[in-house]
Amino acid sequence: MSDPNGEGDDFAKARRGRNLAIALGLVAFVIIVYAVSIIRMGGSVLERTF
Amino acid sequence: MAMATAHDTPRTTPARWQDFLQLMKPRVMSLVVFTALTGLVCAPGTINPILGAVAVLCIAVGAGASGALNMWYDADIDAKMRRTRGRPVPAGKVQGADALGLGVVLSLFSVMLMGVATNWLAAGLLAFTIVFYAVVYTMWLKRWTAQNIVIGGLAGALPPVIGWAAVTGTAPANAWLLCAIIFMWTPPHFWALSLYTSEDYAKAGVPMMPVVKGATSTRLQILVYSLLLIPICIAPAFTGLGGPVYLGVSALGGLVFLLLAWRLYRSHAGEAADPRNDDGLYDVRAGARDARNLFAFSILYLTLLFATLLGEHLAGVAPLELL
Repeated sequence: MSDPNGEGDDFAKARRGRNLAIALGLVAFVIIVYAVSIIRMGGSVLERTF
Repeated sequence: MAMATAHDTPRTTPARWQDFLQLMKPRVMSLVVFTALTGLVCAPGTINPILGAVAVLCIAVGAGASGALNMWYDADIDAKMRRTRGRPVPAGKVQGADALGLGVVLSLFSVMLMGVATNWLAAGLLAFTIVFYAVVYTMWLKRWTAQNIVIGGLAGALPPVIGWAAVTGTAPANAWLLCAIIFMWTPPHFWALSLYTSEDYAKAGVPMMPVVKGATSTRLQILVYSLLLIPICIAPAFTGLGGPVYLGVSALGGLVFLLLAWRLYRSHAGEAADPRNDDGLYDVRAGARDARNLFAFSILYLTLLFATLLGEHLAGVAPLELL
């Protein structure tokens, strides 16, 4: 595997792990906000007059 | 200064995601989740289970954010104490600025999500708790007064009130009673610990009670706080919060607590130099065994109290309302 920054395998592996954790955290956040929005709006979302 | 020390910490190993998780003090988070969940379950009324879970998650993340801010600011004194020198910032695993960034971002996310998912009273209480712990306790009280953990203990005591407010949108007397239990429990718990780690605190310049007032005064204050604590722990059985099991657990556990506090008061714990060479909290020399016993039992007692309340409410046991 290429290592353009010369930081070594340990750093690359640690960075991959951090990136994956951030990605999972963001996906979880999106899902939570979506679920909260649906629950908070409840049936009212279908009661619009337009 | 803490900021300079934290930022100047050389990175010796690559930061893993586990190091960032460690910044959030997962053991403290687990206790916060437990007490917040108890407040949420004990509150009258109902909440959508998903919203309830999100509320508990927000409280946990807010507590974790406080922990990260604490570790950022306290890196200089953490590096001087055996108990804390392995933390990510003083150990050089995470840069201080990264810990600060994590703390600020998670604080904002947790408070805003709490407000959107439940109500703004719960969000406001969560914001207050984070600021109180990170700013009032960490940046001010901890390095300034021997009453640091007495006043600062409010931050650790608020999660059940936040959980309660998430359900009802209010914070009535029973919610504050749960807060009072943790608030009054904190001094005997931490002072018992500090009696056998006071050398560490003295080395770091933290004015813990045994360092400032001495071991004898600390043991007396532990006894006084224990005498004040037990009636407060039993009180939920009189206010429509706890049932018969809670009354039994709080009263019997309270007696054991008082016995251990009395034995500690009569002991010489904290008076001699501590020759330990290890980092364990529980493996102490014989003279400090009474302090260790109270410290360990205090954790068990608080856990039992909240577990009993939680169990009674989940099982539908009717509260006593003795008053």
